[in-house]
Parts: sequence; structure tokens; C-alpha cells
Amino acid sequence: MSIDSNISQNGAGSDMSNTGVVISHSATPLPEGVHLPLYMDNHATTPMDPRVLEAMMPYFTGKFGNAASRNHQFGWEAESAVETARTQIAKLIGATAKELIFTSGATESNNLALKGIAEMYRERGNHIITQVTEHKAVLDTCKKLEKQGFRVTYLPVQADGLIDLDDLRRAIVTEGPEKTILVSIMFANNEIGVIQPIAEIGKICHEKGVIFHTDAVQAVGKIPVDVQAMNIDVLSLTAHKIYGPKGVGALYVRRRNPRVQITEQINGGGHERGMRSGTLNVPGIVGLGAACEICMNEMEAEGKRELELRNYLKAKLEAAIDYVHVNGNMEHHLPGNLNMSFVYVEGESLLMGINDIAVSSGSACTSATLEPSYVLKALGLGDDVAHSSIRFGLGRFNTKAEVDYVADKLIDVVLKLRELSPLYEMVKEGIDLTKIEWAAH
Amino acid sequence: MAYSDKVVDHYENPRNVGTLDKSSESVGTGLVGAPECGDVMRLQIRVNPETHVIEDAKFKTFGCGSAIASSSLATEWVKGKTIAEALTITNTDIVKELALPPVKIHCSVLAEDAIRAAIGDWKKKNHVTEEVGVAVAAAH
Repeated sequence: MSIDSNISQNGAGSDMSNTGVVISHSATPLPEGVHLPLYMDNHATTPMDPRVLEAMMPYFTGKFGNAASRNHQFGWEAESAVETARTQIAKLIGATAKELIFTSGATESNNLALKGIAEMYRERGNHIITQVTEHKAVLDTCKKLEKQGFRVTYLPVQADGLIDLDDLRRAIVTEGPEKTILVSIMFANNEIGVIQPIAEIGKICHEKGVIFHTDAVQAVGKIPVDVQAMNIDVLSLTAHKIYGPKGVGALYVRRRNPRVQITEQINGGGHERGMRSGTLNVPGIVGLGAACEICMNEMEAEGKRELELRNYLKAKLEAAIDYVHVNGNMEHHLPGNLNMSFVYVEGESLLMGINDIAVSSGSACTSATLEPSYVLKALGLGDDVAHSSIRFGLGRFNTKAEVDYVADKLIDVVLKLRELSPLYEMVKEGIDLTKIEWAAH
Repeated sequence: MAYSDKVVDHYENPRNVGTLDKSSESVGTGLVGAPECGDVMRLQIRVNPETHVIEDAKFKTFGCGSAIASSSLATEWVKGKTIAEALTITNTDIVKELALPPVKIHCSVLAEDAIRAAIGDWKKKNHVTEEVGVAVAAAH
């Protein structure tokens, strides 16, 4: 599909009475193996692996049974498939099969974890600790719990996106009615790819007798996750970030040392040992299991491959463009993530110039508030730098040829938009932009 | 979000990109917006001292596609107009021409501000009062 050539034709037919700045040049033949539109937004979602689809297919038609039907073969067949998937998932995170509850995805898993623990342990204390760069599924749930009388501490992050463990230690309350019952810290961030010191957090929580939940949506299947070694008590995961289907996820809930209990949030039939009622999404669960097994087998090699591609992309962009800013700690970082600010170029206009490539921007110029990414702002970045950021999400199906195409196109558009940028011109002339009295609007 | 064909056209082929000598007597410069808001527009005009006709206009914009299109369009529209005529251009004209959605109306407001700021700067430099500008326009 050729979005690019259509736009160029529109442009060529128009009034060209000007300066010769043309942002999108006419379509040149695409490099081999590159197809448009090109997907590089794998933190948002991933395409399903054909092997996963293949595993799921029989469970839509011939093997359609209800896993809760205990008295015929259709039910047994479905139940057996679900138990196989439970084992596949458990193996990937170092859990046992009985410790997994199936949900509709990570938003539900996070809701169930936070609300379920808050309700169950309310008599023990009313304090919850999380941090500012969590996904909205955690932050909005915490806001709701605050309305119900819980006290929530939102730990800040440092300039590199990592929390300070001393902040966490200080925030934990061990005595009285304000006792901390839960710490919820995400494993890896969806925007900046930064990996929190999960094992250290788990250790601190266990020493202080506090339940530790982690939203591990971006980490599971990408980097090693071990609930035992890392002292994780409760963990959220989802299928569609690991080349599985949308609409299915799981919550790991520790059964011993310590045993964690959760108050159910959905009633009706007592499925999943009463913690999540509702007929199981058997094909989805089979898909989640298959996706986990593939990750288990391929994670090490795939992580290395994505890391090489990521570093190649970063180096290529840094070599060609001045005033770039790499966001987030690059040592504790997901292999497939790169978040970069192309200062003095606004993110949305940048995306418009590469509209045959799917990436994300930290600029939210279209939102009612005109506020850029709260994650980038939490790092202490100025709004102008946050507005200039692009998130690249490399995944299993991205190739070197695609990375080259994306880098070349992006360099081209950034350089052209810089020609249009009054800020870039002023900086080049040696003007300090912070000394200018900008009119707020 | 889908952009109108006109926004895409101005974005792909921005008109009148560039810089005029801001120290020149005949040049007015308007710099509006703020980096932290995600939009900064600089619009410059070169004005004929006798006729007060805007003979050239240039812009540079940091902002989204709609902001780039609004300022590009503004330079097209002010060129050839007198100062007084240029002051009649409003943001709603720009919204209409570019078919901007409600969330992008601020881009058109900024473009109108940029025109007014450039004219204001030229007037200040040339000690031109509002009345003179109107009188000249009436003569056309």
C-alpha cells in the first residue's frame, strides 16, 4: 500500500510557489523485505504469531467445550487445554499452575490485584505504595481506592526513570492503622522501557511483611521473570503484548511463603477458585499458553537480536541528528524499546511526516489538555522535550531492513522539520531559549 | 487523526519558509506561542514604506501539522495585502480554509496572533499609528 506516493502526488499538483522545502519526497522503490505500513509500536500491541493462531484454531470450532462442564468429553477436553496453558504460563514466570487466575487482560488483572488485596487486607492497614510512571490501569485504580479511604503514596522516579529504593523503604509504614498492605511497582515501563529493580523491591517488601504486586505486562516473555527469586507475590500479565490474542490475561497470586488472598471482584459461578467468575475464554487461554511457551524457548536469542537492532537504530539516529535526547536508563532497559526526543521538532508533526510507519509520540497535542506524556514529565524533562519524543517498539517481526528504512525516513523528516523550526534556528544562532519570555496560551 | 487535504498539502509543501532580516526597518517580526505548549510560530513581513503593502512574508513554525499549515496559509494570505487588509484576517477564516477540527483551533488562533504581532512590530519600528494604517487601506 502506497500512502506515500498518494501524498506526493497531491503535493506535486499544488501551488509550489515557494522555498523548495518539501517534507515528503516522492516514493522511491522500497527496500527488499519492507512493506508499508510498517509496524514498530510493539509496546502498544503485537501481531499474533502464526504458531499461536494455529494452536488456538481447534478451540473455536471442534473443541468448543466449556471448561467448567464436568460431565462430558467436550468439557474435559477444554479443561485439559486450559490446564496445559496454565502450566506453560507458570513455567515462564517460575510459578506453579495453581497460582494463576485467568482474566480478560492486564487492566482487569491490575484492578483485581489492587482492589482485591485492598479489600481483603483492609483490617490490617490502609496504606498502598505505587509510583508515578505506572500505567493508568494502576494509577486510576489507586485513585478509586483513595476515594474509598485508602491512603496511596506515589513514589517519584529519578531522572533515569528508576525509583529510589530508599524512598520505598522510608514510605513503608509497619505499625498502626496506616500500616502499608501493598506495594505495586511495574516491572518495565511501557513508554521508556526502564526496568525497575524488582528483586530488590521484592526483598524489601518481604522483609517488612508487605505484599508486592508488579504489573509485568511489558516484561513477561521479553526478559527473565521469576516470581520466586524476585519475591513477587502478585503479578499481572497479558497475551497481546507477547504475540498472543487480545482479550486474555492472567494474574499470578502466590499460594505459599506467604499465602496471598484476594477478594473477588466478579461474582457468578465461582470459576478460578472463586477469584474470578465467568466462563473461561478457552481459545484465548490456549493462545496465551502457546505465546508463553514460544517466548520461553526463544527469549534469549530474540532479546539479543532486538537489543542489537535497537542499538543500531539509536546509533544511526544519533550520528545523523544533533540535539537528540535518549529517555530513560539505558542499562536497565527492555531490549526492544527506544524512546528519543528530537528536540526543536514537535512529535506530532514528526509522526505526520512518517505516516507509513507506526510508532508513538510522547506529545499529546490532540488531547484536550495539550499535556505531553506524564511519564516523560516525571523524569523531569521539559514539556518542549517531551513534545519532541518518539517511542520505537521493536518486536519479533521487525527486521534490519525495516530499521534502516525507519531510521532513514526519520532522519529525512527531522532534518526538514528543523529547517522549519524557529527554535532550531535560534539555538543555532546562540540564543538561549530559556531566557525568552514566551507568551503562554 | 485524519488531516484535511489542505493541511496535508501545506505540511508537505509549506509556502514561504524562511527568515527575513529582523533588523531591517521594513521588516516586522511576530514570535508567538511557547515551546512548552508545543507550538511556536515566527511570522515575518516585509512592508513597502510608501504603500504599506506586504511585499514578502516568511515563516518558521515548531508545532503539529495544523500549526505548520496555519502559519503557511497565513503567509500566503498576507502577501500582497496592505497592513489594514491583513489585520482583517481572523482565525475563523483559517479554520474554515483548512477544515481544522475543534482540538486544532488554537493553531489558527496562534496564526492570527502571529500576523498581529508581526504587524505590531513593524508599526512600532516605523511609528505608524492605527489610524494611518486604516487611512492607507481606505485609499486602496
